[in-house]
Order: sequence, then structure tokens, then C-alpha cells
Amino acid sequence: MRAWPAEGATRVPYWVYQDPEVYEREQQRIWRGRTWSYLCLEAELPEPQSFITTYVGDMPVVVSRDPGGVLRAFENRCAHRGALICMQPRGKAERFACIYHNWTYDHAGNLTNVAFRRGIGGKGGLPPEADPESQAPRKFRVETIGGLVFGSLSEEVPSLEQYIGPVILPRLKRVLTKPLKVLGAYTQVLPSNWKLYMDNTKDSYHASLLHLFFTRFRINRLTQAGGVFVSGDGAHHCAYTGLVEDKGDAYEKDGMRSAGVENKFSLEKPEILRQVDEFGDAVSIQIVSLFPGFVLHQIRNSLAARQVVPRGPDRTDLHWTLFGFADDDAAMTERRLLQSNLVGPAGYISMEDGVATDFVRRGVAAAPDRASVIEMGGSGVATSESRITETAVRGLWQAWRSHMDI
Amino acid sequence: MRSVVEDLHARYAHALDDDRLEDWPELFTETGKYRVATAENEARGLPLPVLSCDSRAMMRDRVQSLRHANVYEPQRYRHMLSSVLISKLDGERVSSVANFLVIRIMQNGDTSVFASGKYLDRILLAPEPKYEERVVVCDSRRFDTLLAIPL
Repeated sequence: MRAWPAEGATRVPYWVYQDPEVYEREQQRIWRGRTWSYLCLEAELPEPQSFITTYVGDMPVVVSRDPGGVLRAFENRCAHRGALICMQPRGKAERFACIYHNWTYDHAGNLTNVAFRRGIGGKGGLPPEADPESQAPRKFRVETIGGLVFGSLSEEVPSLEQYIGPVILPRLKRVLTKPLKVLGAYTQVLPSNWKLYMDNTKDSYHASLLHLFFTRFRINRLTQAGGVFVSGDGAHHCAYTGLVEDKGDAYEKDGMRSAGVENKFSLEKPEILRQVDEFGDAVSIQIVSLFPGFVLHQIRNSLAARQVVPRGPDRTDLHWTLFGFADDDAAMTERRLLQSNLVGPAGYISMEDGVATDFVRRGVAAAPDRASVIEMGGSGVATSESRITETAVRGLWQAWRSHMDI
Repeated sequence: MRSVVEDLHARYAHALDDDRLEDWPELFTETGKYRVATAENEARGLPLPVLSCDSRAMMRDRVQSLRHANVYEPQRYRHMLSSVLISKLDGERVSSVANFLVIRIMQNGDTSVFASGKYLDRILLAPEPKYEERVVVCDSRRFDTLLAIPL
């Protein structure tokens, strides 16, 4: 493996986004290693025998609720020839049967039947000593937090709550206060390495500079109250922005009356920005990221889980699942749907992240041995009251290097 | 009636493809609705739009944001429409279903199929034909990089 630049935490060499060997090592040491990965919302598995299929890194995964109601997850790979056991994105099933040779599995991923195992009429079939279970799909540990389902293949990683740690856990629980309701989902296909999206997410410095919609309409300016939390190991982060003192529509009116060039930028329909302070703490935006590939956002009243699935060194699927709470009234659901215009591939404040990460991929194409300069706020990894810092980005790389032993 | 509806669809496609985004809201009634959905969310009965506008004013907001706030690489669309079906709703309105294909052309010439699906429309015919509602149901749940220009 290549050597890290001598400057340490303030430099990230560009080969980390390009090298196929790095990508393979990540699959093994991060996605299949000592981490917890987001799988789905519990609300997507409403009753016994419900299932969904997803990915953890390159690995196809079935997540199900067994007949007793227990959440299970296992590799979507038949023990026999390796075909997918389950093709559907979601549904309900009494058992899972591989279409290739009809080997069947229960909801925990146990091989329960091999077609014609003993042959027919004493002829054919598996010999008595055959052990197809030796190639059984791998099973995940499954844990949940506030309606989010996570899985890990590692026996050594601590419990999910310990993994997230005491700094970030309360920030996550702050949003996940009640049973969730799925509003819908879509996928933004990013033509770049998965880590470019994660360090974009952890980069509180970029938000008001890249996303001009934020700045034009005063949703998030670096002058507003806010800060960044980073977990002790650097792996997870939370950035938040305070809700501006907003008497009625004073905030929007102020935005419209601002001097100079901003006079041009007023919304005819400012309702899109109108937030109900549903958590009672005057936070307007909170972005939480968990290593390796999960993001939970609260942007005003828009709530979503974002799942990062690498598809090769140069491609990433970003799966968005927007949700509300099961007890939302019609007005709140309507508000969340209206504010969904802020996020996702067509979102006023999310669309650019796909572009920025793609520009990095293209910019560094011939510079694997050069490095990005990540020195805003110094060289440390720590919670910060300023968002003009790259502390959470350094945290990501600290955690990544530790997992990768690079 | 068919020619009136197909003419409206054609003017819609040309406005977007010719980068006359400011003309786009004018093809709707003042309270016209526009929503981009995915076939998957529709089939699951889930209400989430990829983007939505509940009025012409909100469409103008989106155009203004695309022109002055959002940052994206210059790109053009080419809309292809086919298989238009029209039904009369009442004396003043018709509904229309049409297939669409949107090809995206980046500034370096990279050309790809960006979206396919169908337009489900409710059209007010007089005094001049305008969309009261256009729902764009995309066949795929996947969107490459970003969706800036309306479909």
C-alpha cells in the first residue's frame, strides 16, 4: 500500500479515490470489517415476513423480519452456486428460494432445504458427507436506533450505541423521537468515489459557499449560530445551524429586503422555508454522519436517511429515504413534502454535491500523488464552535486510516 | 383537439430544450401544479416528489434559483414525445398521457439518456391551452448527478 503524506492529518492524497486496490481493501476492512452499516428503516419491515434487499459495500444483503418479529440480515448469495437468493427490492415471503436450483432459506438466512438433496429413487443427490452449509450466506449482527436498522459482519465491533459514541448518539436520538413513516425514496447516482461524498458531507465549511441557495435566502450562513461535533475516534460527525429568530415571516422579509445584489433573489413562495420547530430546540439544519456511509439529515422539517453504496472506485449510489413520523398530521406531511424540494437530486441545496464531488474526480485524474489541503481550523480532530473548519473531514480520514492500516 | 394538445406539449418541450426556462411556467395556469415522481414511489403509494411546484409562482422561484443560485455544469435536454392519448374530461378540460424520453447533452458533448417515463396531464383548453397539472412519472428511481432543468 502507498505511503501517506508526511504532513499527516492535513493532507489526503488523491490515490485514495482512484486505486482499485484501495477499493478492494475498503470492502474487506471497512464495509465487511469492524463497522456498522445502515440497512433500512424499521418502518420498511412493518410486519413478520417483510423483507427488503440492499447493499453493504459491494455485498448484496437481505434484511427481513422473521416470523417472531426479530430483525435479521444476511448476505444475498446462495450457498450452492452464489446466485442471488432474493431478486425483489421488497415484499413479504414465507421463505426465500434461490431461483437457480430452488435451494431455500429461512428469514435468518439459514439454508433449510436443498432440492433433491437425497436424489430420486436412491440415485443422484448430494453425498451424505456433503456440507453446502460451509458456503452459507454470511449473517449480520442487527441492531436498531430510533427506527433505523444497522448491520455488522464483525463479531468484535462494540454495540451500535457504543460504536456511535456519547458525542453523536444524542444528536441522532434528538431527531428519532417517534415511530417513523416512509414518504418515499430515490437514488442519486454520483460519478465519483464514495469518500468524496462522505467528506463533502462532513465539510461544514463548504455548505454556504457551494450551496448559494442557502446563502441567497439566508438559510445557512456562517454568521449564524451553529457548530460541529466530532466523535472521539473522528469517525462520526454532526453539524448544526441554529434557527434564526423568526417572528412570523420576518426572516423571509429580511431576505427579500437585503441590500445590493440580493434584492434580485426573493422567493415568491417562501412557504418552502417555513419551519415548525418540532424538536423545540431552534435547530434549523442538522446533518449527522456515521462511518462509513450513513447520513441523517434534518433540513428544516425535511428528514431523511441517506445510504452511501460504493459501486466501484468511480461510482457511488446515494439512496435517499425521506420520512416523517407516523403521527404527523396532514399539514406536517404536506410541509415535509414541500420542503423535499430542498433535498435530493433536484434539491435546491443538495443538487450541487454531486457536481462538486465529480469536479474533484475530474480535477485530480492525473494527480494521484498530490494531496488535498485540509487545514481549515488547524490540524486537530475535535468538536468545534466554528463551522469554518475541516475538523470532521480530518476525523473521517483518521478513522479511515485506522481501519485501513494506512 | 389533438393538434391543440400536441402543440402545447411541443411548445413545452421546445421551451426547455431551447433554454427558455422563463417560458416554462407560462405554459401552466396560475395555480397549475407540476410534480416529478418516480414509478416506484407511485406504485408504493408514497407521495414523495423528486421536485414539485404548487403554482406558477413556485415554478418561477425554481427558474430564478437555477439562473442565480444553483451551481451546475452547463447542460441541455432534448425531449422526445410519443404515443399521446387524449380524453375529454368536461367541456373545458382534457387529460393527456404521453411517453417521453429526455436526452441530456453536456457541454463537452457527452450525450446520454437521462430520463424516460410518461406525462400525465390535465389541460385547460380555453382561453388558451395550459396545463392545470403535469405529473412527470419517471420510469427509474435513479438520477445521474442531479436534476436541475425540469423534465
